[in-house]
Amino acid sequence: MSWNRKHLLDIESLTVEEILTVLDTARAFKAVSERAIKKVPALRGKTVVNLFVEPSTRTRTSFELSEQRLSADIINFTAEASSLKKGETLKDTARNLEALNVDFIVIRHSASGAPHFLSRVLHASVINAGDGAHEHPTQALLDAFTIREKKGRIEGLNVTILGDILYSRVARSDIWALTRLGAKVTLCGPSTLVPRVFEQMGCRVTYNVEEAIRDADIINLLRIQHERQRKTMFPSLNEYTSLFGLNKARLALTKPDALIMHPGPINRGVEIDSDIADSGRSVILEQVTNGLAVRMAVLFLVNGGKGPQEVAP
Amino acid sequence: MPEFTPILTAAAMHRALTRIAHEIAERNEASAEVVLVGIQRGGVPLARRLGTLLGQIWGQAVPTGSLDVSMHRDDLDQRVAPNVQPTVIPFDVTGKTVVLVDDVLFSGRTVRAAMDALNDFGRPRRIQLAVLVDRGHRELPIKADFVGKNVPTARNESVRVCLAEAGSPDEVVLEKPS
Repeated sequence: MSWNRKHLLDIESLTVEEILTVLDTARAFKAVSERAIKKVPALRGKTVVNLFVEPSTRTRTSFELSEQRLSADIINFTAEASSLKKGETLKDTARNLEALNVDFIVIRHSASGAPHFLSRVLHASVINAGDGAHEHPTQALLDAFTIREKKGRIEGLNVTILGDILYSRVARSDIWALTRLGAKVTLCGPSTLVPRVFEQMGCRVTYNVEEAIRDADIINLLRIQHERQRKTMFPSLNEYTSLFGLNKARLALTKPDALIMHPGPINRGVEIDSDIADSGRSVILEQVTNGLAVRMAVLFLVNGGKGPQEVAP
Repeated sequence: MPEFTPILTAAAMHRALTRIAHEIAERNEASAEVVLVGIQRGGVPLARRLGTLLGQIWGQAVPTGSLDVSMHRDDLDQRVAPNVQPTVIPFDVTGKTVVLVDDVLFSGRTVRAAMDALNDFGRPRRIQLAVLVDRGHRELPIKADFVGKNVPTARNESVRVCLAEAGSPDEVVLEKPS
């Protein structure tokens, strides 16, 4: 086990060992959240800026709580209430934040590569909380953590990702993480949203939902990202639901122990039937719980990545 | 070439642990109030062994847990993040006498972190410290209650504790750098 990185920018550049280090470390942090006192002093005296230039509730609150549970000091920064609205560039905003001697910047941005850019111009550690349609590394890590916890392994499992793949940073990060850990990933959705080019990432692409879910051990549903689509990629949400939505009839085709995942927010009645989202097959809320543990682990590991690269006795 | 000097053989280690178990029993008459907590990693198998020995002395099982102190260390920003091991304390420590168990006592910083970490699980009535080897060089005002063997060392030497649970025969050796 080893982690020598100062930043977490993407999954693509991580080795299998690094991914497993995060998952193993997250297991210990999950236990912290189950104690009466849910806080450890690992980041005491450190300052974290949550720079959310694109709206987010789930990821931001998850990061905030994980930072608090590590005893860090926190500055929250959202696009609506910031000088970015007044025309300041991302670089200037970040450098101003850094002049306050912050140690970590957690960034969500609509532009792919924004975290990579910041990591080059700043001294602080940068953690990618989602950049455009590029990557959402902590989501992939919590998905992998959840799968491993539920199934005991990832290698050899059939994972189907169903929905809007083209505009999804979650899909890209999941594909990198899960294929690297030995899962067989199948992508399915409207052909406009699931281009064949994804086969180059080592996935199977199919447009037949029954075929996609029949042998799946994990079905990961993605939301249709209305906000990222510049033009209509399919005729209507109703048509999407009838062709690709996970309903009772389709669920009956799946393996009895296939698990349903969703990064949230879910659109009930669009990509998933309300009953299924609330059923025992769904691990959607456990993903939220695990997200906290994974984000604590990432902050903890990245903090160590800044020190001299030697192992103390 | 580094030079290795034996400190404890398997038999000597067993005798030291047996003596520590008797000393713990002597010091703590109310056996039902004593729990053992091993510090990850070396202290955990030692705590289990002491638990077995104490169980034979008292005729009742002694609750034993394991504690990882990584998240409470004071050098987290000066080193690569440590591998976090599981913390399992399947009992309430409040009101109990907690005997912390570790393999080697050196700077005392691990023990400080352990006492800090233990506080998150409750308020022990008292905390005692048992170590297999005390090698000196304390950086904090911490002293062990039960010691297997005191070994004078130089700072640049290291004490290697090998335990059967970790896959190598029981043995403690002093490694002198060349």
